[in-house]
Amino acid sequence: MTTVEPIFHAVAPARRRRANRRVTIIAVMATLVLALFALTLALGQSYTPLGDVVRVLLGEDVAGATFTVGQLRLPRALVAVLAGLCFGLGGVAFQVMLRNPLASPDIIGISSGASAAAVFAIVILSLRGPAVSLIAVAAGLGVALLIYGLASRGGVAGTRLILVGIAVSAMLESIVAYVLSQAPAWTLQEAMRWLTGSVNGAQLGQALPLLLALCIFGGLLFSRARDLEALRLGDDMAAGLGVRVGRTRMIIIVAAVGLIACATAVTGPIAFVAFLSGPIAARIVGNSGSLLLPAGLVGAVLVLAGDYAGQFLLPSRFPVGVVTGVLGAPYLLFLIVRANRSGGSL
Amino acid sequence: MIASATSPSPWRFSARRTARSRSLWLAAVTLLLVLLCGLSVSIGSRSVAWADIFAALGGRLDGVEQAAVAVRIPRTLLALLAGAALGLSGAVMQGVTRNPLADPGIFGVNMGASLAVVVGVAWFGIVSAQAYIWTAIFGAGCAAVFVYTIGSMGRGGATPLKLALAGAATSVAFSSMVVAVVLPRSDIAGGIRSWQIGGVGGATFDQIWPVLPFLAVGAALSLVSARKLNSLALGDELAAGLGESVALARAVASLGAVFLCGGITAVCGPIGFVGLVVPHLCRLFVGVDHRWLLPFSTLAGGCLLLLADVFGRIIARPGELEVGIVTAFVGAPFFIWIVRRQRVREL
Repeated sequence: MTTVEPIFHAVAPARRRRANRRVTIIAVMATLVLALFALTLALGQSYTPLGDVVRVLLGEDVAGATFTVGQLRLPRALVAVLAGLCFGLGGVAFQVMLRNPLASPDIIGISSGASAAAVFAIVILSLRGPAVSLIAVAAGLGVALLIYGLASRGGVAGTRLILVGIAVSAMLESIVAYVLSQAPAWTLQEAMRWLTGSVNGAQLGQALPLLLALCIFGGLLFSRARDLEALRLGDDMAAGLGVRVGRTRMIIIVAAVGLIACATAVTGPIAFVAFLSGPIAARIVGNSGSLLLPAGLVGAVLVLAGDYAGQFLLPSRFPVGVVTGVLGAPYLLFLIVRANRSGGSL
Repeated sequence: MIASATSPSPWRFSARRTARSRSLWLAAVTLLLVLLCGLSVSIGSRSVAWADIFAALGGRLDGVEQAAVAVRIPRTLLALLAGAALGLSGAVMQGVTRNPLADPGIFGVNMGASLAVVVGVAWFGIVSAQAYIWTAIFGAGCAAVFVYTIGSMGRGGATPLKLALAGAATSVAFSSMVVAVVLPRSDIAGGIRSWQIGGVGGATFDQIWPVLPFLAVGAALSLVSARKLNSLALGDELAAGLGESVALARAVASLGAVFLCGGITAVCGPIGFVGLVVPHLCRLFVGVDHRWLLPFSTLAGGCLLLLADVFGRIIARPGELEVGIVTAFVGAPFFIWIVRRQRVREL
């Protein structure tokens, strides 16, 4: 008794400090997202003063700014933020649930499933709008179940899941390539979107399905945040803590696939955002508490910053997926090297 | 590991295969190859009478039918060469890395060749076929060394999972870089797709001749290392104990594989999964002895790619499916099958 109490007294403030630190970090990250959002709105080919930006957002008619900010920059920035949030959340949910940073949806083929379905719906069936998102979600779920089924033989082994996913995504990417080659008016712009992901030519109407997805699937995911944390300890431990493992896993898969597929249906598979957000968030906030919100914010930062860099900071214009692809791959290699060095299980 | 992929006790398994049964299989696969060459020349989006086909083969060019056949001849040759080169290089890579999932496509080697050519065209203005091929081989070599280095770091050496992941990551990175290099250059951007998906359509003899010496060198280096690959299959220590210089054997065989897949990627673009599927199928017929496996994989690779190309022409009439897409569809399920039948610890 006498030894327990001092420890107890030491633990409580430490916990409080950690919680405070977490709140601070999340606040800083949210501010960063807002700052990047404002930067995207204010500074493009020409500079629009922030006052004018705010007036445009409030619906006023400002000469010279209404079109650039309201029609060009706002939809683009909005779609970038929402897609980034979706990718970040969906990615980290998979990584945490499967307890493997490499098991992110863009590596195990779920993104390419959604992307193949979306490009098929748009190019061959000439659908638009919500129907595309629905088909993408359905295909994403189908691919997720397929990979899960193929990888399970006496329990799902992470290794097998990743290898099966690599093969499935190679196959699906060749579908994307084929459908693109069948497109009647095959434009480079459109192709780039489905090969690497891009927010070029985003429209305000596209932000709506993203927002809906974020509300429904994101809400579902956050409502299970606690169970997801428990799953990090292993399935048996989680079951011991009172989590209904099978049901929780199903709900998380549906929610995460929904997020990823809706975002992919709009922007294409923006390379590596889903994969990178989780590990970066874990580095920043440490291992205390849920990674969902931080990873979502990191995703938004990545897409916003990548798109801005691709548009204005590089010698010529690149879609955001090319920027994140070139930057993300070295990080993946670094992760492999580090895991190999430490002899960890990969 | 390769040995255990086909049977629990490889030596008894291969001893059962007499030279005669192997020769029979070899004859069968050669016959199949000839048959497929015939199919490839005769089947296309336009149906052509046999008389016209023979006339065109004889060098006559009267009318559309014979011209269509004349276009199919170099295409058939290229498909044959590409399949043979990729099949052989896949077999060598699986032998060198002792890894059932090795394939020039999966390891990012083809994409490395692609990237090198794109960079060469965009930044250094290379135009000659020779320069293309050297650049592609250089890129393939760098990618192979890079992926193998990353995949074999740390404990456990080069496990299939680490190599496959390193290859997949490198492929994505290279593919992004290809886009990044090509996109600002509208003058070459039209060809971007041919550097993302491999195909043999539109081949001409002028494209094929320059690459032949490189393929010949690659094939020679690979076939010469067959015996050494057999020793390597026993494990590095045992191979060294048998008096084999392990590093040299690896280097020579890998160089051969890189020449083969780099050279062919310079002409066709990246074609995946042929090098994965073919050696596995061949092991079922001729066993694990590389002296038989390598030539057999060469022939069977040619068969597979010809078949894939013909299939791509039939299925998407009146258009056609690039052969790189067909091989991904055949190869990916095969890859999954291999992954599923291995025990997790072996992966």
